[in-house]
Amino acid sequence: MTIRELADLTGATIVTKTVDADREVKCGYACDLLSWVMARGREGMAWVTVQAHMNAVAVAVLADMSCVAAAEGVKFDEAVVQKAEEEGVALLETSKSAYEVAGLLYGAGVR
Amino acid sequence: MSGAICESYAVEAGAFGTAGEASGKIKGVLRKLGVPSALIRRVAVASYEVELNLVIHSLGGTIDLSVEPGSVVLDVADRGPGIPDLALAMQEGWSTASDEVRMLGFGAGMGLPNMKRNADEFAIQSEMGVGTRIHMRFRSPEGTGT
Repeated sequence: MTIRELADLTGATIVTKTVDADREVKCGYACDLLSWVMARGREGMAWVTVQAHMNAVAVAVLADMSCVAAAEGVKFDEAVVQKAEEEGVALLETSKSAYEVAGLLYGAGVR
Repeated sequence: MSGAICESYAVEAGAFGTAGEASGKIKGVLRKLGVPSALIRRVAVASYEVELNLVIHSLGGTIDLSVEPGSVVLDVADRGPGIPDLALAMQEGWSTASDEVRMLGFGAGMGLPNMKRNADEFAIQSEMGVGTRIHMRFRSPEGTGT
């Protein structure tokens, strides 16, 4: 599944403009504790969280993730979007809960 | 690779906005040097955790990176305040982080355990009023070199 397909599936908006939305999503994870995410983050991962600050991008970059999806209507600040674009990590926003997004991804075969 | 590469990164206390930058730079250096990605990943996890510990808990400090044939070394030193009970601090889930910091997703009490898990050598010394020093060595898997 690509980031674009993930956005379509979950009704999410891709807020980064310059990051390749055709990059593959290889696996998924949902958690709001950064140390847990750091310990389990993997290359190509789609991470669903309500943490939309600069450190979420730092964690995603260090783990070579594909994208971060902010759940529950949480919005990324412009500075955070800019940082993610510089680092090549896609950011998505959705009104769905992390539970719903994870369920949709799991059902579509993203494990 | 031959010879040792040494770099030093300063980390300021409370600088949440730039937290992760030192770890990003360390990762970039290792990538440029052609260090195997599995090894980079272990170093990245540990360096991020230690960087965040410096930001959250210390009065500021430095992360020194050395890349030697066959291994990567991180030597970290802060300017205090020190850890009163190291055994407790090493326990998974133990944290003294404030509620405000926890709301940002930090303070899970996983920092030191995550460092130890990812490093092949892990040594920590702390003295109240003086500071904390952490030494971590990450060995390259046999045959892949650094």
